[in-house]
Amino acid sequence: MEIRADLHIHTVLSPCGDLEMSPENILHFARQKGLKLIGITDHNSTRQASIIREYGKEKGIYVLTGTEINSKEEIHALAFFETDEQLQTFQQYLDVHLPNIPNNPEKFGYQVVTDREENIIYEEPRLLISALNQSIEAIEKEVHRLKGIFIPAHIDKPCYSLLSQLGFIPPDLHFEALELSAHTTISRFLSEHPELKSAPFIQSSDAHYPEDIGKIHTQLQVEDLSFESIRQAIQNLSS
Amino acid sequence: MTVRELAEKLNLDICCGKAGLDREIQGGYTSDLLSDVMGNAGEGNIWVTLQTHKNIMAIASLKELSAIVLVKNYKPEEETITESESEGIPILSTSCQTFEITGKIYELLKEKTNGQ
Repeated sequence: MEIRADLHIHTVLSPCGDLEMSPENILHFARQKGLKLIGITDHNSTRQASIIREYGKEKGIYVLTGTEINSKEEIHALAFFETDEQLQTFQQYLDVHLPNIPNNPEKFGYQVVTDREENIIYEEPRLLISALNQSIEAIEKEVHRLKGIFIPAHIDKPCYSLLSQLGFIPPDLHFEALELSAHTTISRFLSEHPELKSAPFIQSSDAHYPEDIGKIHTQLQVEDLSFESIRQAIQNLSS
Repeated sequence: MTVRELAEKLNLDICCGKAGLDREIQGGYTSDLLSDVMGNAGEGNIWVTLQTHKNIMAIASLKELSAIVLVKNYKPEEETITESESEGIPILSTSCQTFEITGKIYELLKEKTNGQ
């Protein structure tokens, strides 16, 4: 079946995520935009993701639980995990490698996890937009060791992207796909980077506000709504 | 001025790429965005950065830079060292932060130019 996916959505947990990005609102807007599959990707934290996944099951939306990591080179990449165990193991990795810089909510925004009823159940004290002290390769290896999906984020952007930070893609970096932002199109991007024409590309909203959810999406051909089928579908994308 | 002379004057650690110490330095460039360096650094430049990824060597080789200076005692990653040795482009390291070491290099290169 063919489905619409937006795999890059921030929640209230990201300091820059709008306070309206609650589990309820995210699922509501995703449904309104006809999305069948969404990815929850807060900066350097997975703590909001499984709450939305469980709620999504009731609302008929498949939720990939993950995070948007920031490597020591200040490269952003999406990582998704299938099971709570894998997700928690990766959360421990994030907790170990995130520098101990406290968040200042007045300056950066609040970093809270909420339940379905929008009650705050956790507040993250450390600033989540800091860079992990791990290289992009080390992070990619850890994601794949945990059978996760690894997607360098918005590689067309002039900052915080694999291409802006490292100039070109290291040939030994493994990824399921590359992500482009809503600011370009795959064909426009490829006209500047013909060397990447055989790579699978997704496009996502990187939504920080409810109205941005699904402003751009990826059309996926999936056999069924399971983690491995979604991985297959992403890898099979061709431009 | 050669890389060797600069390293001695500013007391820089030579991490790797010793074969290239006699390369002549022609100006410099300071940036941590490799895409920016790729677009804007000039041939013979000495490059000041905090990036230690092996891609810095690919850029240095592509742009024919004279050397790379890592700030704040950062050290090159293992694969970066291998590349530096095979390209013969030295990587130096300093305890200074970017602002200080860029200023010092700028002053030295200016003196040298004025003295000629």
